Amino acid sequence: MKIAVCVKQVPDTWAEKTLQASDSTLDRDAADGVMNELDEYAVEEALQLAEAQGGEVTVVTMGPERAAETVRKALSMGADNGIHLVDASLHGSDALATSYALAETLKGRGFDLVIFGSESTDARMSVVPAMVAERLGLPQLTFAQKVEVVGDRVTIQRVSEAGYDTVEASLPALVSVVEKVNEPRYPSFKGIMAAKKKPVETLSIADAGLDAAKLGLSAAWSSVEDFAARPPKAAGTVVTDAGDGGAKIADYLSEHKFI
Amino acid sequence: MGEVLVLVEQSDGGVKKVTTELLTLARSLGEASAVWVGPGYSDAAAATLAEFGAGTVYVAGDAAYADHPVAPKAEVLAQLVAEKAPIAVLVASTADGKESAGRLAVKTNSGVITDAVAVSPDLIATQSVFGGSTVVHSKVTAGTPIISVRPNSIAPVAAPGAAARVDVAVDLSDAAKKATVTGRTVAAKGGRPDLAEASIVVSGGRGVGGPEGFGVIEALADSLKAAVGASRAATDAGWYPHQFQVGQTGKTVSPQLYIANGISGAIQHRAGMQTSKTIIVVNKDPEAPIFELADFGVVGDLFTVVFQLTEEIGKRAH
Repeated sequence: MKIAVCVKQVPDTWAEKTLQASDSTLDRDAADGVMNELDEYAVEEALQLAEAQGGEVTVVTMGPERAAETVRKALSMGADNGIHLVDASLHGSDALATSYALAETLKGRGFDLVIFGSESTDARMSVVPAMVAERLGLPQLTFAQKVEVVGDRVTIQRVSEAGYDTVEASLPALVSVVEKVNEPRYPSFKGIMAAKKKPVETLSIADAGLDAAKLGLSAAWSSVEDFAARPPKAAGTVVTDAGDGGAKIADYLSEHKFI
Repeated sequence: MGEVLVLVEQSDGGVKKVTTELLTLARSLGEASAVWVGPGYSDAAAATLAEFGAGTVYVAGDAAYADHPVAPKAEVLAQLVAEKAPIAVLVASTADGKESAGRLAVKTNSGVITDAVAVSPDLIATQSVFGGSTVVHSKVTAGTPIISVRPNSIAPVAAPGAAARVDVAVDLSDAAKKATVTGRTVAAKGGRPDLAEASIVVSGGRGVGGPEGFGVIEALADSLKAAVGASRAATDAGWYPHQFQVGQTGKTVSPQLYIANGISGAIQHRAGMQTSKTIIVVNKDPEAPIFELADFGVVGDLFTVVFQLTEEIGKRAH
């Protein structure tokens, strides 16, 4: 089984994130870059499937040069090889452009399964996996809390508002995972050493056969008019419980008509 | 006035509250039309859509549309966009809503904006990003604006509409039929409101101390007819089911009232609840960063304070 895992480098989850005044894009240099947390679960799921059934795991990313660190991390967890789409004209690409670039990069490589994390911690749109499925005509099995592959059938549990839906399709298929799906491994020392020798294909947009007019900030299908830091919230009242803390909250709630 | 399509969020044949919010918003932008995809369109659903001002309801009622996730909704919307040339399409910021929006954007070569909390009459969307720390105004610049709107962002206001039913049939593409829903499992939720839609959310974190501690949180929630949430510390520890996690890697909520109990307020959690209208905090640590968000906070033992609060609410309700 050939599995592709799409990963994204994002600013450290615990860092404050800001937009740049110059072009209203995320300031990616202001914080350490890390692999998007849910993508670690995607890598883990790919590795477990490949370990159980035999197969090859290719990690795919698009992003600036330092996004290579994220490819390397996935390789040190155990992925076999990597593809890094890097090009100055990708900067500022929105979800539509990103899905176009990823779909074109994945196309024709014979992947049986493409796995994503269901959301990135920076943009938090959760639309790129569905868009890539749409572009490639692949069955969409997203928001999976459980993934099972038997023969050429893949079955997932899609998290729903009420519980979960069981969704099935034949391979090739596209899956996105939520963090309930597994527990990602830490790279071992051996894994880190081995990763240094694993092949990573670096592609420009020309190498990937992409149309520059459909990429980057100037091609975006939406634009930021303006942005501002949220005005700090006026300080509220904080009291120390002196045996009547609960009653005081009740007073506040009735004053504000909640009860 | 142009037409604004609203994709209906359904629950047991009825219409979810978020749809009434979206219809209210749609009326401020143009003529509101609802789009129902799947079987089970009922008189009750029609009555709600009429009450909140849908002029037209497009009903794509074939049972097959419910057999496949997301793609049928996008294909029905794409056909309506081509036929009706609406000025905008609004969907709820749920997994299904956002994914339908994403696929529709690809199909119609249109821009998509997710998680708007407001949309102005000239279709500029307001988003609250990075855990609510930054407010962004943005606009779709190509195709038909497709905007997903966060539940609880708009106060629903009734205004009668005709809700004239127009049946729609769309031949699903082969690609849309490749993934099939073969079962639906409903987790017991004890009759509490849906977390993402609830007007009041009561949450517990590390300070709750264990699974049994959540009994106190649930009792408070029930006294307020609220949903129960949990911080990642609590769900990771297995104290409360994962689907109730509020935060950057869980659900984003924006209720009228959020009560955070024993939650320190790391960015991970704040990102999921910072836009709540009123925030109440109970925590024994006066230095906990969650107090920065509090409209009203009590430093004290969670169990004593929450128990007393629940009792007081009970007394005052009678």
